[in-house]
Amino acid sequence: MWIRSTMAYRASFVMTAVASCVVTGLDFVAILLMFSRVDALGGWSLPEIAFLYGLSGLAFGLADLAIGSVERLGRRVRDGTLDTLLVRPAPVLAQLAADRFALRRVGRLAQGALVLGWALAAVEADWTPGRLLLVPVMVVSGAAIFCAVFVAGAAFQFVAQDAAEVSNAFTYGGTTLLQYPPALFAQELVRGVTFVLPLAFVNWLPASYVLGRPYPLDLPVWTAFASPAVAGVCCALAGLAWGAGLRSYRSTGS
Amino acid sequence: MGAGRLYAAVAAGGFRRYATYRAATAAGVFTNTVFGLILVHVHLALWAQKPQLGGYDQAQAVTYVWLGQAFLSTLAIGGGGIEDELMERIRTGDVAVDLYRPADLQLWWLAADLGRAFFQLLGRGVVPFAIGALFFPVRLPGEAAVWGAFLVAVVLAMVVSFAIRFLVALSAFWLLDGTGVLQLSWIAGFFCSGMLLPLNVFPGALGEVVRALPWSSLLQGPADVLLGEADPLGTYAFQAGWALVLLAAGRLVQSAATRRVVVQGG
Repeated sequence: MWIRSTMAYRASFVMTAVASCVVTGLDFVAILLMFSRVDALGGWSLPEIAFLYGLSGLAFGLADLAIGSVERLGRRVRDGTLDTLLVRPAPVLAQLAADRFALRRVGRLAQGALVLGWALAAVEADWTPGRLLLVPVMVVSGAAIFCAVFVAGAAFQFVAQDAAEVSNAFTYGGTTLLQYPPALFAQELVRGVTFVLPLAFVNWLPASYVLGRPYPLDLPVWTAFASPAVAGVCCALAGLAWGAGLRSYRSTGS
Repeated sequence: MGAGRLYAAVAAGGFRRYATYRAATAAGVFTNTVFGLILVHVHLALWAQKPQLGGYDQAQAVTYVWLGQAFLSTLAIGGGGIEDELMERIRTGDVAVDLYRPADLQLWWLAADLGRAFFQLLGRGVVPFAIGALFFPVRLPGEAAVWGAFLVAVVLAMVVSFAIRFLVALSAFWLLDGTGVLQLSWIAGFFCSGMLLPLNVFPGALGEVVRALPWSSLLQGPADVLLGEADPLGTYAFQAGWALVLLAAGRLVQSAATRRVVVQGG
């Protein structure tokens, strides 16, 4: 339904899809501008950073397309329209995800895929079958980790209805962080996104294995393959948080 | 009531209205701080590799990043200003009520947007900037005169920012659904204001073009006044020139648009 409604204003849809592609592409333009002045950033070359960027962009784009609409939860709690979803015989989370499903977000996805494609062609890696196989695994588990962050952020909005922007720091902020090599950031920050909010498993750790780079925080080699397990744990925790949030919900009564 | 007092009241209303959303403001401060943290590390690495890039030293580059975070919502560079509401009123036809008021449409919304901008500067801008200044090497002027000159440049930046967004919003008179134009204007704003990277780092002719465009009045201009890299009077002249041109264009479009208004009865 939301796809059809979007298509009612076709010119506007094309403009928004292109805009969403370009707006996310701006981050990459910034990286290109930096590389017009330097040859490497934190010791990583442009194709290597493009590899990080493409993986993070593609994983985030998938999560955003599937479930990005849940960030509207706070508004629904405030104005009482969440009640409508509660009485329908379908999971609330699925309804929220489908609410105002924004097809223009494929723009973000396309842009990430484009950069990743270029990076795969340009990067100098020792392509064994294992390394090659790790790329789709990274994208899928990365998307699952970002989905978990979206759901956890939505669950938090049951408590703080006005604070939807806090989750932006972790979703949009997280994907921006992962576009750059871990060597750029303070050790405490890297530790935080490895052990507390395990974003490092989206691309930093597995990409270090693929590109033969030193692992952040000197972690053992097997951590590069832990992404699917980490994603599973994240989704389970986010599901628990969501359930708790939903149970604590008190309607506005309006 | 005098015209001046009317617009002052509208501005105060804009300020108070945004001040109501305390949790949203706190959330915004948190997000701006996190983004500042990420960008500062990237800039530190870039300047460590290339000291004096774009004529800034490392401390100036860091100051610039935190200024950008402080200005993001103040100047509504990525959206969040009055333009959403104005567009919605144009789409639904409510703008007819605004036109009927004994006040000028452009000045009314300018006053409301200035009120909003001042609140965002105090509510969302000061804290991330202070956190940045506490924990990272920054370069801040000691003389009060420089801070004063900086504040004048910030106010001029607010006016230029409004003038651009007013023009964008008026496009809804023709397009009805203005989301696409709005997003294109965000892209231009992010790219050309120096939010991505200071404009003096942009290479060659590209750099000269973006520095001549109105968006460079938003972040680059005030930042260079604060960092002691630009003559305040020259910056003011540049900003005021663009403000006048854009406000005049807004006025022209406004009079063309109001002739098109169709009031839906009912």
